[in-house]
Amino acid sequence: MHIMEGFLPTPWWQIWFAVSIPVILYGIHKLNRLVKEKREILPLLAVAGAFIFVLSSLKLPSVTGSCSHPTGTGIAAIMFGPAITAVLSTIVLMYQALFLAHGGLTTLGANVLSMGIVGPVVSYLIYKAGMKAKINFYFVVFLATAFGDWATYIVTSTQLALAFPAGGVLTFGAFLSSFGKFAAVFAFTQVPLAIMEGAVSALLFKYVVDLKSEILVEMKVLEDSVVRKLRGLSA
Amino acid sequence: MSRKLELIVLAILLIFAAQFFYISSTTDAEYGGADDKPEGVIEEITGGTYKPIAEPIWEPPSTEIESLLFALQAAIGAGIIGYVFGYYRAKKKYENELAYKGKSKSEGDSQSL
Repeated sequence: MHIMEGFLPTPWWQIWFAVSIPVILYGIHKLNRLVKEKREILPLLAVAGAFIFVLSSLKLPSVTGSCSHPTGTGIAAIMFGPAITAVLSTIVLMYQALFLAHGGLTTLGANVLSMGIVGPVVSYLIYKAGMKAKINFYFVVFLATAFGDWATYIVTSTQLALAFPAGGVLTFGAFLSSFGKFAAVFAFTQVPLAIMEGAVSALLFKYVVDLKSEILVEMKVLEDSVVRKLRGLSA
Repeated sequence: MSRKLELIVLAILLIFAAQFFYISSTTDAEYGGADDKPEGVIEEITGGTYKPIAEPIWEPPSTEIESLLFALQAAIGAGIIGYVFGYYRAKKKYENELAYKGKSKSEGDSQSL
């Protein structure tokens, strides 16, 4: 999903910065407040950030014969919400842009929007809806993370198609035609990876529930009754 | 403790590994990075007229250095996760032990009175 350095022309890279920067700023504000009010969440914040670090560094082979990587943002989105996840993603994307020539500084705004904002928002909404519907917690985590991962790649395809419509003129038809081409590179490749990411994220959440469920209850991620049920089942 | 979720995740990982071994041994797929492919698509759409507006400030001089930095990224992340989970697990264990000791001691006291 990393759009390479220089591969978004003016005005698109500025537009995506304009969309992303307010969210990042709001995320920093939220993060500061959270850390001040609840210092005990710091280790979990570190875990959520570290999980993004690990997963986004793993380029995995997919059924299509090309390699892509998961995003790892689902955990952070579910625990801390999309705005804070945007901040964590920005850190990871900066590291990759500066030291790996993976992604880039001009495309940072676009990449933060796909990986750090839209993906996490999708995860967050699916998580909230799933818990309201009282579906099994781990399955909801799986769905939220997998679809968040997938949404990230859909956004990247959209951003590239908007910047490079077929024929050079941005009409709806030209956009769709380009979108199909970019989505062909990303979307199908990403399906198995999204499934794996969902599964691994659900497993990580199991250990958090085992070890530190009281923080999840305190942060209103999980209700007390759900925790009791999960621990009853896993005890 | 139930290990159901672990088994499901392991099964998914094994299926994934199996498809990789099967496809990589039966086809000559290149397994290039999907992130690099849009470059070709952009060239096709624009007819090769698009020139990137910026170049990376610094690029890893070889694929070895690149994998080093990717591995470093994963290692930092994995280290933090392992540290925090280990910390929580030990903390919980000793808190439980202390609570248990405190309880059994006070019970002992009440019996001796």
